[in-house]
This record gives sequence, C-alpha cells and structure tokens, in this order.
Amino acid sequence: MEDRVGEAVHRTRASVRRHVRIRRPAEVVWPYVGDPTRLAEWFTGIAECRVTGATRTVVTESGVAMPEEIVTNDPLARRFQYRITTALFHEHLSTIDVIDLDDGTCLAVYGVDANPATLALVIAGAAGDALHRLRELVEAT
Amino acid sequence: MSRILFVTTDQQRYDTLGCNGGTLARTPVVDALAAHGLRYERAVPSSVVCMPSRATMLTGQHPATHGVWMNGVPLADDAPSIAEVLRQTGYRTALIGKAHFEPFLDPFGRFAENALGALGPTPPGGSHRGFEHLELATHGVMGPLHYARWLRANHPEAMAGFYETLDADLQVNARGGGATGAPQVAVNPVAREWYHTDWVAQRTLDWLAGLADDDDWFCWMSFPDPHHPWDPPESEMRRIDWRDVALPAGYPARRDERERLLDDKPRHWRLWYDGALVSNYEAPATWVPATLTADQVREVNARNAVEVELIDEALGRVLEALDARGWDDDVDVVVTTDHGEFQGDFGLLFKGPYHVDSLMRLPLVWRPAPRRGIAPAVIDCPVGLIDLAPTFCALAGVEPPAFLEGRPLPTSPDEPTRPVLTEWDSELFGVDVHLRTITHDGYVCTTYLPGTVHDGSEGELYDLTDDPLQRVNRFDDPAVRALRDDLIGEARDVRPPTTPRREVVAPV
Repeated sequence: MEDRVGEAVHRTRASVRRHVRIRRPAEVVWPYVGDPTRLAEWFTGIAECRVTGATRTVVTESGVAMPEEIVTNDPLARRFQYRITTALFHEHLSTIDVIDLDDGTCLAVYGVDANPATLALVIAGAAGDALHRLRELVEAT
Repeated sequence: MSRILFVTTDQQRYDTLGCNGGTLARTPVVDALAAHGLRYERAVPSSVVCMPSRATMLTGQHPATHGVWMNGVPLADDAPSIAEVLRQTGYRTALIGKAHFEPFLDPFGRFAENALGALGPTPPGGSHRGFEHLELATHGVMGPLHYARWLRANHPEAMAGFYETLDADLQVNARGGGATGAPQVAVNPVAREWYHTDWVAQRTLDWLAGLADDDDWFCWMSFPDPHHPWDPPESEMRRIDWRDVALPAGYPARRDERERLLDDKPRHWRLWYDGALVSNYEAPATWVPATLTADQVREVNARNAVEVELIDEALGRVLEALDARGWDDDVDVVVTTDHGEFQGDFGLLFKGPYHVDSLMRLPLVWRPAPRRGIAPAVIDCPVGLIDLAPTFCALAGVEPPAFLEGRPLPTSPDEPTRPVLTEWDSELFGVDVHLRTITHDGYVCTTYLPGTVHDGSEGELYDLTDDPLQRVNRFDDPAVRALRDDLIGEARDVRPPTTPRREVVAPV
C-alpha cells in the first residue's frame, strides 16, 4: 500500500530576460522599439504587424495571429510594455527597456513574464534573437 | 560500392533488445544483425537528452563544441555534418524520421527544420545539414513536420487517437491513460500502417527504390519510438499482456528501499522523486515520480516493448528490400539510440540529470557490410555515440575531417579502451544542474558543478561489474579514492573547452 504523496512543486509562471548592448545611443535605438508598427523590422519570425489604438496584432511566420494590448509606451523612460491577450496565456507582460549608458552605447533589455512558464521561454527565446537583429539593424545605420 | 543504413530509435534502453539479454520484446532482426556483426556492450551518449545527443551523432562533436548543451538550444545552421561530408564525396543522403537538431516549439517559424515539411522531401538549395532528402516525424501528430502533414491529409480521423504529448500549458503532459493511469500512456486505435514507425520504414523504402543500382548512399532512418508517449497501435498490444510483465531488476518494489537508494545519491534524485524539484523539461512537471505504481511500470514496459517490436519488424522490411535489390553485401547497418529511459529503475520514469545505466547504457549494433570480412564480436569497452561519425568516414574511405572529436568504433575486443564523456547542463526557470561523467575501466564516475541544489562537492561512483544496478555510491569511499580522482582527471582531459555559449530559445 503506497502512502499518499504530495503535489509536484511546479512553476506555472516564469520570468525570462534577454539583453544586448548596442553601439548607438538610446535615442537612436528607441524609435525602433517605441513605434509599435516597426516590430516586424527586427523581430525575426513576425511577418506582419497592425496597430489600432492600443491594440497591436502580430502575425508570426507560421501564421499564428497574436493580439496584444500596448500597456506602456513611454519615450522618456524608453520603456515599451505589452500584453499578449490570446487565451493561450493565463498571464503575460513583456517589457522592453532601452537604457542609455552615457558612452554612446545603450542596453536593450527584453523581459518576458508569463503563465504558463513554457511560453515565457518561447517568447523570450525569440526575443533574444530579435534583439540581436535590432542591434545589427541599428549599428548598420 | 558503399552503403550505410544508420538506424536510430529514441530513448531506448540497452536491455530492450534480445541480443542484450532482454526478454520482453522480441527483436529477431536486430538480434540477427548482432549475431553477424559487432555488438557493443557499453555504448554511451554524450548527453542523455535528445537534442544534444543527436547533434553529437550528426557532428561527431562533444556538446561543449557543437553548442547544443541542453534541449531547446538549436544546433548552429553552419554546424558541421557527417552527412554533408558524405554528400560531398558523392553519397546520396537522406534523413527519414526524427531529426530534432532544432527546437520543436516554434510559433514564430524561425527554425528551418520546422519549415521543411511544407516544402516536400527536397530542401531548398538541394540539401539541409547534408541531407538531400528529408521526411521528418516526431512523437505526436501535431505540428508542421512531414508525418503530421501526411496523417492530417490522408487519415485525419486517426489524429485524435494519439496521445497529446504537451498539455494546454505546453508542458509535457502528465495525463494518465491505459489500464493503470500511467503518465503519457494512451490507447491509440490508429491502424498500424499509419503509425509513424511503419511510415518511417515505408518512406525509407520509397527513397531507396528511387536510387540507382550503383549509387553510394547514407540513409539515417530515425524512428521516434520507443520514446514516450507510449501509445502504439492498440491492435498490436495483444502481443504482451501488461499484467504478465515482470518488474525490472532496477525497480525496488518497497517504497522504503527506493527512498533509501535515492537518499544515497546527490539530493536532486530524491527531490525529483518527491516532486519537490523540477530541473528540466524532460518529464511532466506536474507528475510526482513517487506516485508511480508497480502496475504502471508493467504497463509502460509492455507498451514500450511493443513499440520496440514494431521497430524491429519495420527494420526487417527495409533489410529484406535491400537484400532483394542485391545490395546486402555492401550495406553497413548501424543500429543505436540517442539515450535511455528509466522505465521503473529507482522508481522513476522518463529521464533527466541522472547518469546511470538506465539512461546511459545504450543498444549499439554494427553489422559490417559482409564484403568487409569483419568477424562478429562482442565489444566490452566503452564507446561513444561521438564515435559514429568517424566510423562513417572510415566506412566511406574518407579522410576524417578535423572537426571530428571521436574515433572509429573498435572492431575487435582487443583494441585499447578509452574513456567516454557524458555531460548534463540545464538551466530552466531559475534551476540549474551540471554533471560531468566519465565511463571507463568498469566504472562510471560523475562529478557535479555548483548549481541550485549542489555545492560542487557531490559525486557518484559506481562499480559496473559488482554493482550493475548502480545502487552503491562509492564516491566518498576511501578505498577507491585514487581511482575516483583518476576518473575525474580523465573527464577534465577529455572535455574540450566550451565554445561561446548559445542561448536556450525554447523548452524543447
């Protein structure tokens, strides 16, 4: 006869962060982030991006449409936040900060908080590649 | 002429083959290959999870070099490939079945491997990672790969019978099924000929039929089974009644015995068993191993054995076709897997950062082309999956490229022994675990790097001869201290420097 055993300690929510240092000042990088229509320019895997008011809808290369709510778009703090509002997520908030380092470079940080945890890693994994693409794009100008 | 049929399964234990002493599954085809060829008693992977291990087979490199250090890290697009080496030499090349060099979870469609299914069997540019023909499959029927598309297009009514490998939160599904409620078990009414095992064999036969008589070729036939989910065609389950399945020697029947054995190992063993630590994505996160019952072990092993039998029969069909074509004398057949499976050992299922025979001792059989005149033998010394790519070069008469880090497989028991390295690194949601393991001279020795639940002083040392079930951890036994330190030194010597670290971009 087995004794009753406990529930698994399972993380339903996760916070995953990626960052890159870009050899351009924050004011040069911010327009790519702060203009929500420009996401498809640097986020590999996003084929299309439509913005209506505070709602952005992105369509991935695999054809998945993801509606998003723009939560924060602060050009002074250079912070952009959005929530993916599909039912796949119980909770989601992505935060992109562009932080000037006062030496002609900046730090672009992409944080993803999500439940389920798995999706935080899926989004942040793609975001990591996106930041590298953003750096290439900006540094080429 | 030179032809290489490279057959892999996924997550198959050494002792599931008759030639290795297995008594549950009947595997006459592989057994016959072993009888006429070379059977390796201790084949060891570079990693006990799919992506790093498969990347090692393709590149002939350690994970520290090819960069796929855990599941979810994609193999670099420009990584070397033994298939490309052979293709450049004039071989026709194909990969049919499971690849998994890049993550499956890919909603942004970023990975080439997941895009190939929509393009047919011929990749853009004429080849992908050295393969001019790819038809890919995985365990389930969802997603963009060739098999899933084929089943959706031709037998959509069969889709619902397959177990959903992931749950609604995209975690490995913990849902139980079958007669015992075991996780990742389902009664699947799919017709046998529509199941991925027979599909892989049929697509292989079709590709081979299109080759010219004088073509050299390299075919990687990669079965997704017997990896979970355990949902073989139910029509085949009449072969084995799970109620008649004996519990494996590695399953301690009494709970207090299981817990005593686990407590003698580094603490992540017991923590996982109790459901107190989830360190990786390889097993259902919401499933607690301590809930595993003896009957669930029996049912999982029965279904696993049926899957192994189906693979054996599928391979038999391919070998018959090669013989009918008059090719048999020129074909080298290599059969192995990427890593093992607990299947009840220590009261556990699935896999993870646990370097014992359950996960590390693999089936490996090489039936040399008869024209080579290599005498049948049983090779006792450790060999690695890292040695496969150099072996393929040797078979093709190709100078081994500098990127290879292994050596051709020995063909006689008299060749010198060598240490084989297995690594584990995982970092997932704030939990990290790191193992370095050397298998040599009848011992397996694991050291731990500092991580979430380890301080770097932990280790495991097992005498594989006296303790075949790895129940007595001798890492801190003064009587074997010198031996232990030698093995630790070998691990340091064998492991190449780590290349710039690639990021984890998906769970799997």
